[in-house]
Amino acid sequence: MDLTTLTYLVVGASFALYIGIAFWSKAQGTGDFYVAGKHVHPVANGMATAADWMSAASFISMAGLIAFLGYDGSVYLMGWTGGYVLLALLLAPYLRKFGKYTVPEFIGERYYSRTARVVAVICLIIISFTYVAGQMRGVGIVFSRFLGVDITTGLLVGMGIVFFYAVLGGMKGITYTQVAQYCVLIFAYTVPAVFVSLQVTGVAIPQIAFGSTVADGGAWLLTTLDGIVTDLGFPAYTDGTKSGIDVFFITLALMIGTAGLPHVVVRFFTVPRVRDARISAGYALLFIAILYTTAPGVGAIARLNLTTTMQTGPVGAADGNLVYEERPQWFRTWEETGLLSFTDHNADGRIQYYNDANPEFAARAAEYGWKGNELTVDRDIIVLANPEIAGLPNWVVALVAAGGIAAALSTAAGLLLVISAAISHDIAKGVLTPNISEKRELLTGRISAGVAVLMAGYLGYDPPGFVAQVVAFAFGIAAASLFPAILLGIFSRRVNREGAIAGMLVGLVFTVSYIVYFKFGVDAATGNNPASWLFGISPEGIGALGAMLNLAVAWSVSALTARPPEDVRELVERIRTPR
Amino acid sequence: MKDGGYWRANLRLVAGCLAVWFLVSFGCGILFVDLLNEIPLGGFRLGFWFAQQGSIYVFLVLIFFYAWRMGRLDQEHGVEELAEEQEED
Repeated sequence: MDLTTLTYLVVGASFALYIGIAFWSKAQGTGDFYVAGKHVHPVANGMATAADWMSAASFISMAGLIAFLGYDGSVYLMGWTGGYVLLALLLAPYLRKFGKYTVPEFIGERYYSRTARVVAVICLIIISFTYVAGQMRGVGIVFSRFLGVDITTGLLVGMGIVFFYAVLGGMKGITYTQVAQYCVLIFAYTVPAVFVSLQVTGVAIPQIAFGSTVADGGAWLLTTLDGIVTDLGFPAYTDGTKSGIDVFFITLALMIGTAGLPHVVVRFFTVPRVRDARISAGYALLFIAILYTTAPGVGAIARLNLTTTMQTGPVGAADGNLVYEERPQWFRTWEETGLLSFTDHNADGRIQYYNDANPEFAARAAEYGWKGNELTVDRDIIVLANPEIAGLPNWVVALVAAGGIAAALSTAAGLLLVISAAISHDIAKGVLTPNISEKRELLTGRISAGVAVLMAGYLGYDPPGFVAQVVAFAFGIAAASLFPAILLGIFSRRVNREGAIAGMLVGLVFTVSYIVYFKFGVDAATGNNPASWLFGISPEGIGALGAMLNLAVAWSVSALTARPPEDVRELVERIRTPR
Repeated sequence: MKDGGYWRANLRLVAGCLAVWFLVSFGCGILFVDLLNEIPLGGFRLGFWFAQQGSIYVFLVLIFFYAWRMGRLDQEHGVEELAEEQEED
């Protein structure tokens, strides 16, 4: 059976599974729709959280990102896992004890203010829409790469599926499809990784393989890798190029942001008990860590593989580079998609792949008769081409396609649900029409989920130029706005309405302005660099500073204004104990 | 305040866990990475290993440890959830 047919079959089967689950877990009331009736087993919730969390970017791009960043890629690994410690220790159990449906609802009740609730809804919507647009785009891209359909068709199919189970099943439907999606995506990710590790190092576990020796040479893999990339003018793989303070702040912003992302936080509203919320965060991180500890192994091994495939002999030797006509089959396959491209600058028929942005090495390369780097590599290829590089059968390639789609769909669905819950529960019921019946609220929820799918689809189809650039900043915004407000709401009895609102607004405005200024306000080539950044913190890391500002403002303003009323202080006491 | 001891014990536990959280990621993986990189761990340099593997394993252990320890704390202070408890809304 040829690859395209097989891919259609595997992807089709996974869709049938998701739709089947959606029918089985149709939401009966608002409790089901918002928090799956609070009946989700902590292990199932852990899996659903993992699928919810791991997006198309985690699945397709992260290993490649690390492969080309080396040590600097660690910010994503630590940042996107360390946030679960904060979530488990500081937020999840208390929010579960609070026992309502949404994050803005907690903020509204704790700060006894509709304004605070509306501010939280605004933060939530900004965060979730920037994030979801990237997911819908991801669905389209996976479809187009694996099935040869155009991005728009892929997008429409993806929207149709999400529409079906998010609108019908709400949180209940999403939870159980996410469990299935996690299984699909983790299997698709680890199988090729294990085989590639085996081939290169003889060790089956990627986590250990990249700290082992290369199968034929006997030298340590990372030492070999550091050697060959520096020989070609790249920075050493295990050393960083970013400044220490920037690495620190980016990691912190990603951690705090992760803990403050509404679609992740709300998952812990769905378990039966407080202690389930604690342990469930552990299961979530366990399921996430399987992918996140595999990715750096895949990244290092693939980088070595790619570099040595092109640089077959000593650097500078006349026959040290791969002859283009003798390139391997996977190279030819991915060349067609444009993920790999070769331009023979010095017309010698061989591939010179090196760092021509390094002036010192470029001068030496010129002596070899090299006239510039000839290979352009899209980082996504690291994961996408893995099964072919490892020589795995076509069904594994098909599975990787299904895995990429599962990763994108599960995240998109989770985001769409928090958006619709914010609109139907926080805005419609909470502010506009408090007397709305449960039936009508559920209908409003379904309609807003539907509208959100359409809007997300449109953003994915025709992303305004900024969307792709700001997806990563959803974390900064979550870190600077929602996280501090929730944290103070639990750990302080003194922080009041005025403080929380001022804090959220200052954090949000500061972070958004800083990002907008450096991404769009100044010339990207000259203005957006460490010398002009505040304290040398890049826009990616500024959310951490925004969070500190938020905390400082909230404290100071609260100290100058009246204490919260007695019933709010009792609410804080109540959420601090499980019983 | 009636559960003062419980809350204070919880805060102590959280502070301890977060100290470890900070040490393995920001400490070993970022601030002291060059120092630790002098130490080999198999084919890894230790600082690099903490940044890309070790910190994640410690995070995992931390959450499960916290969940377990809090479960015991709940019981010691008699604030654990009852077996049959079903929350109404």
